Amino acid sequence: MISEKVILAGHIIDSLTLPKVLDEITELGGDFAIEEIKIGRTRQNPSKALIEVTAPSHEVLKRIMMRIKRQGAEIEKPQEVVLVRATRNGILPDNFYSTTNLQTDIMIGKRWLTVRNPEMDCAIVVDVKNRRAGTVPMADIRKGDLIVVGDEGIRVIPHTQQKESEEFQFMRSRVSPEKPKETVIQEIASQMKQSRQKGKKILLVGGPAIVHTDAGVYLEKLMKKGYINLLFAGNALAVHDIEYALYKTSLGIYLNRGQSAEGGHGHHVRAINTIRKAGGIRKAVNKGILKSGVMFTCVKKKIPFILAGSIRDDGPLPEVITDAIEAQQAMRNRLKGVGFVLMIATTLHSIAVGNLLPASVKVVCVDINPSVVTKLIDRGSFQAAGVVTDAELFLRELSRMLVTSKD
Amino acid sequence: MPSFSCVNSPVCWLHQKTELMNKQKVTLLMCPPDQYAIRYVINPWMQLSRQSDPVRADRQWKKLFDILKGLNCDIELIKPVKGLPDMVFTANAGLPVDNRVFLSRFRHKEREAEAKHFRKWFEKQGINVINMPPEIFFEGAGDALFVGNTLFAAYRFRSDIRAHTLIAETLGIQVLSLELTKKRFYHLDTCFAPLSSTSVLYYPPAFDQYGQKVIEENIPDPIPVPRNEASRFVCNAIVIGKDVIIHQRCPDTVKLLTDRGYRVHETNFSEFIKSGGSAKCLTLRIYD
Repeated sequence: MISEKVILAGHIIDSLTLPKVLDEITELGGDFAIEEIKIGRTRQNPSKALIEVTAPSHEVLKRIMMRIKRQGAEIEKPQEVVLVRATRNGILPDNFYSTTNLQTDIMIGKRWLTVRNPEMDCAIVVDVKNRRAGTVPMADIRKGDLIVVGDEGIRVIPHTQQKESEEFQFMRSRVSPEKPKETVIQEIASQMKQSRQKGKKILLVGGPAIVHTDAGVYLEKLMKKGYINLLFAGNALAVHDIEYALYKTSLGIYLNRGQSAEGGHGHHVRAINTIRKAGGIRKAVNKGILKSGVMFTCVKKKIPFILAGSIRDDGPLPEVITDAIEAQQAMRNRLKGVGFVLMIATTLHSIAVGNLLPASVKVVCVDINPSVVTKLIDRGSFQAAGVVTDAELFLRELSRMLVTSKD
Repeated sequence: MPSFSCVNSPVCWLHQKTELMNKQKVTLLMCPPDQYAIRYVINPWMQLSRQSDPVRADRQWKKLFDILKGLNCDIELIKPVKGLPDMVFTANAGLPVDNRVFLSRFRHKEREAEAKHFRKWFEKQGINVINMPPEIFFEGAGDALFVGNTLFAAYRFRSDIRAHTLIAETLGIQVLSLELTKKRFYHLDTCFAPLSSTSVLYYPPAFDQYGQKVIEENIPDPIPVPRNEASRFVCNAIVIGKDVIIHQRCPDTVKLLTDRGYRVHETNFSEFIKSGGSAKCLTLRIYD
């Protein structure tokens, strides 16, 4: 759905112009919402209405606008955006505009300018000379930056304006464990294919449960076939994957037998130590120390990965970025060209990445716990579709559909 | 103290005042038809192959002049201008209200140049000229007529509805907008003739359903005219108090009017109807 706001003024009640305009909007296939109306107190006083016209397509909206223009409806002319300079690094002016993850335009020089890199909870920094605007997180604000303040001259394009065909069918209802998994996974697989055909990157945000449930092997298959182009994770996924590669255990449990190994509780720390001694994951692969697993495949297939640290990490592995702001920035820098995101079995990383993504990027969140998807959506990533299932089942099915099918 | 709540009531003081005004001497602006001819086609009535007869046109115009003089009207004349054949239709010069006039901004470029000559004339009379913004078309009393204190104004073919808002704001009056639907009735005065502050002659199909409702709900006695007589431009009538001047051979309307106590003056406007105008189009009422 797309929309436009119009103003209708004059003796629009007694002349029946208002009902006529509203009738014309619906007759032509559109819809309306009267946002504001001021009725003249006497017969002499004119009235004024602010109407939001919505239509299923640009063509319909154009037809409606042409027709109602004849009745005197004028497109609301928004005011210019208000800019204030930042006086200190990392500090925003009072009343700064806090962004959403939706496409946002600002009115500057009487024309709309689209803000680059939509990301929630940021500020909008404007380069007036070059007519550019982009989202910037608070920490990266520099003294002298021109910041958008207030809410004049800003329009946010609702996510619903996307074509319906591009949405997931199963997204029409909220997350539910009751859905038949196969059809849902089939739909995800076909969306991933489409994304790849369009040249868009697919990002995997993964938690260690991928390894614990012995699903690493399916992930590797997807990586080898080019269905995962970027990996964001924490220390744990890499640690347990490497532990499994080196000791055949994950958290000390033999994955093939489900039994605990003797002294297995120390395997993951020993694995970390081995990698640290080798100088990092990449070096361990190159030296022939690490010979299998998800991280091995990443290095071999040149799939970039970003490991963000956490307060409860062991080690961590040398590639882990322990500065949270630095990790955020590293992830942000890698998001260009990402068109599809799979978030599997990780709550905090999912929310962290969700915060950085524009709402236009499709997100599928897979977790055995329904509350993870709910949390993600509650924190603003409302474009996320949830699948409540085990990581192993999901990745096994997904790899079966994508890897064995001819695409 | 009279009440404002009964604006549409015949006993309302405002209406009584309007009736009185109608009986006062009326000043009209006319333009002799010296330059009148069909030189272009800007409405469905005009055909280059169906020329007006200048001698007959002159005779018809003079007849109207005489009738108006006989009704004690003051008539002002504007000099015809070569190359502007439609200046004869002075109703489209503007909308005079008291000592002001909303000058027309013609939709068709063929009539555009008339505005400067009318402007000069208004200015010479000491009338304040109000201009429409460049993008807003408005064709004066052809598209805006008072019924009592309410201005009924038409839009779509010639005038822009935004002009109505501007007039309402400038004068602080109620302006009711009516959308025209038939190209043959391209101006309000081709299908709507105020007779008094409570009554109009009108041709309902010339308006959309909303417009018809606005007329029915805001005018106590709207009198619909039959189709064949509407097509003879019977609504393009000049009303001077209880005297009504219309094109000849419209018997049904004549009866409707005489039944209501009007004196009807029928005369021939055939040469002007060829251009899409009749009695009313040839005059502009100047309120002073």
